[in-house]
Amino acid sequence: MTDAATNPANTATAAPEMLSWDSRGRRMVTIYLPLACFVFILLFPFYWMGVTAFKPNAELYDFKTYNPFLIAKPTFDHIHHLLFNTAYPRWLVTTMTVAICSTILSLFASTLAAYAIQRLRFRGSQYVGLAIYLAYLVPPSILFIPLATMVYRFGLFDSPLALILTYPTFLIPFCTWLLIGYFKSIPYELEECALIDGASRLQILTQITLPLAVPGLISAGIFSFTLSWNEFIYALAFIQSSEKKTVPVAILTELVSGDVYQWGALMAGSLLGSLPVAIFYSFFVDYYVSSLTGAVKE
Amino acid sequence: MSASTHPRWVREKRDPSWLARLLDWKPLLVVACLAPAVGLLLVFLTYPLGLGIWLAFTDTTIGRAGVWVGLENFEYLLEDRLWWNAVFYSVFYTGVATLLKFGLGLWLALLLNHHLPFKSILRAIILLPWIVPTVLSAIAFWWIYDPQFSIISYVFVDMLGWRTTNIDFIGSAWPARWSLIAANVWRGIPFVAISLLAGLQTISPSLYEAALLDGSTGWQRFRYITFPMLLPILAIVMTFSIIFTFTDFQLVYAITRGGPVNSTQLLATLAFQRGIPGGQLGEGAAIAVSMIPFLVAATLFSYFALARRKWQQGEGND
Repeated sequence: MTDAATNPANTATAAPEMLSWDSRGRRMVTIYLPLACFVFILLFPFYWMGVTAFKPNAELYDFKTYNPFLIAKPTFDHIHHLLFNTAYPRWLVTTMTVAICSTILSLFASTLAAYAIQRLRFRGSQYVGLAIYLAYLVPPSILFIPLATMVYRFGLFDSPLALILTYPTFLIPFCTWLLIGYFKSIPYELEECALIDGASRLQILTQITLPLAVPGLISAGIFSFTLSWNEFIYALAFIQSSEKKTVPVAILTELVSGDVYQWGALMAGSLLGSLPVAIFYSFFVDYYVSSLTGAVKE
Repeated sequence: MSASTHPRWVREKRDPSWLARLLDWKPLLVVACLAPAVGLLLVFLTYPLGLGIWLAFTDTTIGRAGVWVGLENFEYLLEDRLWWNAVFYSVFYTGVATLLKFGLGLWLALLLNHHLPFKSILRAIILLPWIVPTVLSAIAFWWIYDPQFSIISYVFVDMLGWRTTNIDFIGSAWPARWSLIAANVWRGIPFVAISLLAGLQTISPSLYEAALLDGSTGWQRFRYITFPMLLPILAIVMTFSIIFTFTDFQLVYAITRGGPVNSTQLLATLAFQRGIPGGQLGEGAAIAVSMIPFLVAATLFSYFALARRKWQQGEGND
């Protein structure tokens, strides 16, 4: 605050504006305070989710005697109910399987495509790249009705295979785009050296380009995994039987039944359903942020 | 020694030659590499897109292949008050949410661009709402918006005493609309902020130093350096954001399912309601197809209006 008091004298000369910019009081009000508000608002729903998941029902519906922000007697009842009285573990397994399979499928397809577009440089490769990029702009909300009729005709209705095959439609464009950017950053001279040494194209891809592109592959993998874990509308439209549903759909359609919502179990389910993605993401957060920002910079 | 290794070296070179030569034949290699991706996209994206447009002109229902009915579905939609309602709310939802997301996201990006302690942890935390499955955070919002046990109501009624009754978040039309927008903005801010932060960090500090020496104010530095330099990224991120906000489904389906009395129905949720549980695939497809003109318009607008500057400067074709 003392800085603020001396400021008017300083700003008269205009030059020491840098000093006032750096002063602690001003920094507090213009940077840390709004930042704290942002972090609070962005994190509060997760806190509330966690608090609700571990609260006994008596506290959950009684704000008068208990402070709702705190838990007086934490309980694992809701999580226990979820794991042993519902099909939650099976939903988790289904979601995990679908996410992993579609991630592998789309990583395979998009690595090859990105390599072909960025490195093989055939005529019209730019346009193929552009077309794949445009494919990302087609939202699933437009596609789910025709896809549902197709899935039905192929006899894939109510089968996780339908999800594994349809998720790559939004994963491949994104991964290809990301990997094109990544391949671009690998010096072409390395491949030329290998070509001169008599390596075949396939050897170059498997022994030189791919090992160098591992960080890019990892971040594309994380993106694909989180995107397929989060997917909702296809899973809602193509899967009917309760035990084959994915976590997001199952929580909304199976746990919300009747007039009384079991908020404790709902929040516990949301928390557990978010955890795998959050954990997976926290391991690779640096890759994630750098590739996200790298992809956007393109 | 050299006599024994020499023949083996020749054989190794010759052995994979037919396969290697085949794979080194570029056209085949290109086709082989593109086949999985392009095949999947053609079958599960391009074909359904065409099929969807065709379905929109038929009266297909679940279990019965339809016949061509021409523009009948669309004529019906034009007289449907619910469709007009959904168009209005989709446009309103997209407009307001995009504006708020970019305003707040830009602010957050500018804040994060300062030297801060725990920078990387802070970024990781901020991305969290974007990582967590939308439906699951939407359920958390649903609980926050509960008519009886809303924590926000508790703060306003019991802690602050500003109100005497609980806030009715999703029980009536307009509060429900705003509540959904708030949830959407909450989820969208992190992506906008982190992308714009990436853009901010590519701006050379020497520009700011030069401007500072010229005696510019903070606002001038933002208006004449930061904002123009951010425009290209802003255009891309905004195009994505508009497309995915306009076609949003999960958030509305999870929190209100289009209610109360269809007041928060978006085009996507209306298409789902008519198409899948309702069984009117043709009509659902028509609603979905009616989103396309809006999407094309929004994309063209944000791309040309915002990216024009980059084209004028002519920096690369990327």
